[in-house]
Amino acid sequence: MNWQAVWAIYVFEMTRFFRTFVQSLVSPVISTSLYFVVFGTAIGSRIQEVDGVSYAAFIVPGLIMLSVMTQSLSNASFGIYFPKFMGTIYELLSAPVNFIEIVLGYVGAAASKALFIGLVILATASLFVDVQIAHPLAMLAFLILTCLSFSLFGFIIGIWAGNFEQLQLIPLLVVTPLVFLGGAFYSISMLPPIWQGISFFNPVVYLISGFRWSFYGAADVPVAVSLLAILGFTLLCMALIGLIFKTGYKIKP
Amino acid sequence: MAIVEIRDFQKTYAGGFEALKGVTLDIEEGEILALLGPNGAGKTTLISALCGLVSPTGGQATIGGHDVVSDYRAARSLVGLVPQEIALDQFSKVADAVRFTRGLFGLPKNETLIESILRDLSLWDKRDARITTLSGGMKRRVLIAKALSHEPRVLFLDEPTAGVDVELRRDMWEIVAKLKQDGVTIILTTHYIEEAEAIADRVGVINHGELLLVEDKADLMARMGSKELRITLRAPVSEVPKALSKYALEVADGGETLVYSYDTQGEATGITALLADLAKAGLKLADLQTKQSSLEEIFVGLVGEGTT
Repeated sequence: MNWQAVWAIYVFEMTRFFRTFVQSLVSPVISTSLYFVVFGTAIGSRIQEVDGVSYAAFIVPGLIMLSVMTQSLSNASFGIYFPKFMGTIYELLSAPVNFIEIVLGYVGAAASKALFIGLVILATASLFVDVQIAHPLAMLAFLILTCLSFSLFGFIIGIWAGNFEQLQLIPLLVVTPLVFLGGAFYSISMLPPIWQGISFFNPVVYLISGFRWSFYGAADVPVAVSLLAILGFTLLCMALIGLIFKTGYKIKP
Repeated sequence: MAIVEIRDFQKTYAGGFEALKGVTLDIEEGEILALLGPNGAGKTTLISALCGLVSPTGGQATIGGHDVVSDYRAARSLVGLVPQEIALDQFSKVADAVRFTRGLFGLPKNETLIESILRDLSLWDKRDARITTLSGGMKRRVLIAKALSHEPRVLFLDEPTAGVDVELRRDMWEIVAKLKQDGVTIILTTHYIEEAEAIADRVGVINHGELLLVEDKADLMARMGSKELRITLRAPVSEVPKALSKYALEVADGGETLVYSYDTQGEATGITALLADLAKAGLKLADLQTKQSSLEEIFVGLVGEGTT
């Protein structure tokens, strides 16, 4: 393993993050605060408790997940799309590195940024509501796995995208709806039976449910299933990336 | 053993375009090899396939004895690549960009080396400048600095002087000469003949994905180079005098000049006899001038033959 190279890529990517540190942090913090004002206070005061917690507290895990997923996707997809776009990818391809090292560097950095933002949002949320974390280790594990798997997914999007529109396409068209329909702002049990059934085909449901369980001990689906789902998603992304580098898809003719 | 050994190297792109049709070439350690060829000849594809930017579809190549595909780590560790296009992260600082490349090659920090590279390339004053603020010529130097950051034994320069001004081109040649002194093997592609003529030890000519020839530059010019003797006369003539018909002279400049072409490799150039016969014919000479055909003329001749 060329750990020096992994570290070089990681540091390079994190430098980019810290160069725009304020923008990177301010926007998620502001949008989270807005969600709390609107959903937590204005609407939440009219909604009864969900699974034994106040509505404002109930949406905290979902809000964190929403940001972490979109941040992971955009960080990782942009991180690898940019060298492709600028032509600097020549340097990665001609260096004595293998794809695992490249992925570790880029995905590691993207996941770190998303994790950092996730924790900042958690801190912001605790200013508004009394957030309890029943299973802190499980909470961290879910958070890290989500950062990792969505960064891997973002990496794939970045490799696939041929232009900036395509780079935005999947996050906007697929991921945002899945997250909103994934129980970020409600419990699946609040839906009519048909939609409950459909929801179980939405992978994000498992992530948010598991994550919320680590906070409040209540879940829409069993925690073990959530864990399996996220592990499965991670492995699927890893396999796809392996295939991408094996065939040189879109990066190495 | 040659430091770069290329055997029947092929690249056919997915669309069916054959960019390399079986190139075989040995590059000796410490030499400067110039690859000449028109645009689209396959020069960049050859370099890209050797460096890992493109997957070869046939044949094989080794660098320092390591196969560029199966043993890519060892092979690429020896190689520095300066690409044709300026591809840089515009927001990075110059020194950081150079350090990044060294890191990618798995080498520990070496600030002394980075400083000496930046100084040699006149980039030291700009070390903390963001790349976006540099001129085009400076950016090209940054590309070279990056390629040198991991002390390569083999340096590929893909059209290093395309679109740079005369001064920078001279600088570039000096840099190349200095690297050669340090024992670095240099392969450069160019379509400026004067560049190959000025700095290369050997010249390879590529066209349509095939290596038409590789030869020592001096040999090539000697072998293919014919010389011209231009004889300026005191009084113009309307045609070549009968007594001189065996020399195949041409009349130029409205009769003021006679042009004699001869082969430097021939047993006798015929110059002595010609001059004697000129005197016999009663022609008075004002001036004599000889001219060697340049690599450019040789090149145009070769590539022209290839296309027709």
